[in-house]
Amino acid sequence: MGFERFGRKSFTSQTKVAAFVDYLDKGELRATKCNNCDQVFFPPRADCPNCLGDGMEWVEVEGTGSLVSFTQVNYAPAGFEGDVPYILSLVDFGKVRVFGRMRSDVPQEALKVGMPVKAVICRLSDGQVAYEFLPAR
Amino acid sequence: MPKDVAVIGVGQSAFVRGYPGSIRELAFEAFREAMLDASIGVKEIGASVVCSAPEYDRQRSPSGLIAEYLGLNPQPTFVIENVCASSTSGIRAAYSLIKSGLHDIVAVIGFQKMSEISSAESQERMGRGADIMWESPFGTMMPAYYAMHARAHFEKHGSTERDLAMIRVKSSKYGMLNDKAVYRGEVKLEKALNAGVVSSPLKVYDCCANADGASCVILANRDRAVELSPKPVWLLGLGAATAPMNLTGREALDGLSCARAAARQAYQMAGLQPQDIDVAEVHDCFTIAELMAYEDLGFAGPGKGVDLVRNGETYIGGKIPVNVDGGLLSKGHPIGATGGSQVRTIVLQLRGEAGAMQVPGAEFGLVHNIGGVGIYSNVIILGR
Repeated sequence: MGFERFGRKSFTSQTKVAAFVDYLDKGELRATKCNNCDQVFFPPRADCPNCLGDGMEWVEVEGTGSLVSFTQVNYAPAGFEGDVPYILSLVDFGKVRVFGRMRSDVPQEALKVGMPVKAVICRLSDGQVAYEFLPAR
Repeated sequence: MPKDVAVIGVGQSAFVRGYPGSIRELAFEAFREAMLDASIGVKEIGASVVCSAPEYDRQRSPSGLIAEYLGLNPQPTFVIENVCASSTSGIRAAYSLIKSGLHDIVAVIGFQKMSEISSAESQERMGRGADIMWESPFGTMMPAYYAMHARAHFEKHGSTERDLAMIRVKSSKYGMLNDKAVYRGEVKLEKALNAGVVSSPLKVYDCCANADGASCVILANRDRAVELSPKPVWLLGLGAATAPMNLTGREALDGLSCARAAARQAYQMAGLQPQDIDVAEVHDCFTIAELMAYEDLGFAGPGKGVDLVRNGETYIGGKIPVNVDGGLLSKGHPIGATGGSQVRTIVLQLRGEAGAMQVPGAEFGLVHNIGGVGIYSNVIILGR
């Protein structure tokens, strides 16, 4: 349990990496890192496909990333109607890439592929938690 | 050039909005046409492969139902599902069943009845054809994923919204000629460019039409194909590959790595090059997907797909005619039926039976069918 609190609407409740949500509660965006081969994973995972190990530690996704691409969604899938329009983005933080939304007050006209972007933690009104992106200045 | 397995029959229902019948009846429409085309009886079919994406209708385990309704008991049947690439994956499985010697003749039936749920529900289900744990909670849907690819292609290669609109203008031209297409209307350039934005930069006419439809492809081994068919069309090359489902695992968004890998395999198996292909069906679920396919299949160099668009080289009479049946954009995209419909189009082209859509003298054809946003890919090369 626990992962049902992730995002606007989670489709998963049980996962071995549910501590991700606990870190969001503390204001931290975390990835996992394999204790054996040091590979860092985002999305976080419990098992390493490189060395088959299952020893992972949580490491923070820090600093600014580069905006790989983005799109403003004007027609939402079922369950997300109240949020439109919103901007989905992919951001490259070097060791990991992170998929998510841009903060709702950022207009798409302010965005450009390649620009520096940072991740911040956000709480939705119904108690859900997530992260979102902001242009880094 | 291997000539071990051939297509001996093809069929397709009309692709429509709101098919007024059940999934079994929809599947039967394609099956009937393919069986009449092959001129064989149901006892000749050694096994059936049923291809459909789940959750659009309420039937679970549809292969049992479809096999019964088509008169294909007691032969074995099973479901193959790779979302939008389901029926070419079914053809890959059927090829293996035949090449292994397990069966002489196999029917691949693809169907989808998408109209029983709303468009928003359909988008939600398609969105869950991606990573439900780490992407879907943000409200993802297929147009958004492809829109992010479009933005990346624009930035890297200088392609434009106008290039994408020109692709839709082409599809509509051929969709108007295809009496099985769901969208028969003309789309002029200005209309496409001025349409509402679905997910920037993709607009309404950059997106394919959801549809209800079914397809059927009947495959046979060499001996039976030569015996039964006056015009067998051979499966000369098959390629298949995958890429990470989550966009975070993609090296780049200006093309689909799984399509490039599948194309390499298919060309190698067939002993052919991109320039040998006379007509192609590519997975244009969105206009940007067709543009990326030109490059991923080697019809154009990286970033050079726009040259084919701007010079009209993908029309009949051009260097490489693509989607001259209207493609997914105008013919429609009933998920599980799409790949089989693409193969049917190429088979008709290679037999010289494509009517107003015929590419004169086509000898080699190619099918490119993608599942999800570049998660699964099948490339199939066919020849006379």
